Amino acid sequence: MTYKTDLPVMLPVTPREAEPFLRLSLWHAIPIAAVCIVGPSLAFAADGIAILSPLAVLANWAPLLLKGFVFNLVISISAMGLGTAAGAMLGLGQISPNRAMRGSSWFVTQFFRNAPWLVLLFFAMFLLPFEISILGLKIPFPDWFKAILGLSLPVMANVSEIVRGAVNSLPSGQWEAAESLAYTRRQTLWLIILPQCVKRMLPPWMNLYAILTMATVLASIVGVSEVMTLTGRALSAEGGRPELLAPFYGFVLLLFFAYCYPIARFTVRLEKKFSVIT
Amino acid sequence: MSWSPSEPMVSIKDVHKSFGDLKVLNGVSLDVMKGDVICIIGPSGSGKSTLIRCVNALNDIQQGSILVEGQEVNDLHLNKLELRKKVGMVFQQYNLFPHKTALQNVMMAPVRVLKHDKVEAEATARALLKKVRLEGKEAAFPGELSGGQQQRVAIARSLAMQPDVMLFDEVTAALDPETVGEVLQTIKDLAEDGMTCILVTHEMGFAREIADHVYFTDRGVIVEHGPPETFFKDAKDPRTREFLSQIL
Repeated sequence: MTYKTDLPVMLPVTPREAEPFLRLSLWHAIPIAAVCIVGPSLAFAADGIAILSPLAVLANWAPLLLKGFVFNLVISISAMGLGTAAGAMLGLGQISPNRAMRGSSWFVTQFFRNAPWLVLLFFAMFLLPFEISILGLKIPFPDWFKAILGLSLPVMANVSEIVRGAVNSLPSGQWEAAESLAYTRRQTLWLIILPQCVKRMLPPWMNLYAILTMATVLASIVGVSEVMTLTGRALSAEGGRPELLAPFYGFVLLLFFAYCYPIARFTVRLEKKFSVIT
Repeated sequence: MSWSPSEPMVSIKDVHKSFGDLKVLNGVSLDVMKGDVICIIGPSGSGKSTLIRCVNALNDIQQGSILVEGQEVNDLHLNKLELRKKVGMVFQQYNLFPHKTALQNVMMAPVRVLKHDKVEAEATARALLKKVRLEGKEAAFPGELSGGQQQRVAIARSLAMQPDVMLFDEVTAALDPETVGEVLQTIKDLAEDGMTCILVTHEMGFAREIADHVYFTDRGVIVEHGPPETFFKDAKDPRTREFLSQIL
C-alpha cells in the first residue's frame, strides 16, 4: 500500500542498515591482521637471507609477550576491584542526605572523572614513595602497584557516577514506598534500592572495565613491565629490525582484541536483555 | 500524648503547606475517628494527595497541626519510623519492589522493620494475600501481575505492618477499568473489618457507597463536607456542584 503524501512523517519507514566500512565485517579483521603479521615475514623469506624470519622471531618472543599481557590483565583486574570498591563508597556519598558529604563526594568524583588518565598515572608514580615503613617494617611500593593505584583513581570516579546515576534512575516511588513502610534509610538503600541498581550498573561497569584494560598499556610509559614495555624491549633486543614492528605490535593488538571484544559483545547482550525486562 | 479511642485518631488542624511559592494547603482541618472511612475528592491540584502525604510525614507542613493518635506530626523531633508503623499507605503507582516476589514484598517489612519472626511473618503474609484474593500468586514477581493484582499486593504489604490507619492515594487511578472493581472490593472488605481509612479518590460511586464522610477540596481548602447521602444529593457550594456535575 502506498501513501499519496509529501509529508515525510507519513511515509513508510524503511530502516537503513548500517553500512559497514568498505563492506568489511568484523570477521575480516582476523585475515587482515594475519596478513599484517605474516606478510612481512613472507616478503622477508623471499629475500632468502639466513637469519630468522619475523614470524619465527615473534614465535620466540610470544611466551614472554603473553606473560606481559597477563600482567596487563592483573593490573586491570586489580585496578577495577580497587576502583569499584572506592567508587561505590564515593557514589553512595554522592547520594548521602548529609550536604557536606554529598558535596565533597561530588567534587572528588568530578575532579578525577575530568582528569586525563595518564596524568593521574604520573601522579601516582612520582608522588607515592617507593616504600613505606610502618613500625620499622618496610613495605615496598613497586611500580606495578603504583600503576594499579593510579589507574584505579579514574575508575573510582566513573564507578561513582555509575552508582549515582543508577540510584537516581529508580522511580522516587520506591523510596516513598519504603519510607511509608518505616524502613530506615540504610535499610531502604541496601534492601530495596541497591539490589535493583545492580542490573542497571552492570553494562556500564563492564564497558568501563574494557576501557581500563586497554588503558593498562599506559603503564609502559612509566616503566612497568607490561606487554608494551616487553614488546619494545624485545624489538630492541632484535636490533630494531623494522620488518618486526608490524608483526609484534599486530600481535599485541590481537591479544587485546581477543580479550576486549567478547566483553563488549556480552555488554551489548546484557543491555538488550535488561532493557526488555525493566 | 496519651490518646483514647474516644478522641479522633487523626486530627488535622489548620494545616498550611506550600511548595516554593505555590500554596497547596491553605488551612485544612478535619478529624477522623477510629473505624471511620473518609473520602477526599476534588479537582487535580487541589492538594488532596499532599494532605494525606502529610499525615505520614512524606511531606512536611509549614503551619498547623496533625495529630495521629495524639502524636504531633509537625514536630522536628518526630520519630517518623514510629509514626509510619501506625500509618499504612497505598500509592497510585503501587510502588511494589520489583525484585521481590509478592510474598517477599508483603513479609519483608514485618521481618526487617518490626523484627517479627520469619516463619510467623510468612504465615501472616500468606493469610493477607489470601485475604486480598491473591492465593497462588505468592511466588509471582510484580512484573508478572496485572495492575489490579499489584495494587492488592500493595494493600496486603501495608496491612502486614498492622497499621491503625490506612491512607489510599488515588489507588485506582492508574488501573485498567476492568481491574478497578477488584481493588475497590478489597478496600471495602477492609472498611467492613473496621479499618480506619482515608481515601483520596475519583471514584464517586465508591465514595458514596463506603464513606462515612466526604470532603471536597479545591485550591487548598475544604470547600464542603458531609455524609455521602446529603453531600452527593444537595451540595450547597457552587464549586462542589460544578465539580460533581462534571464527574457524575
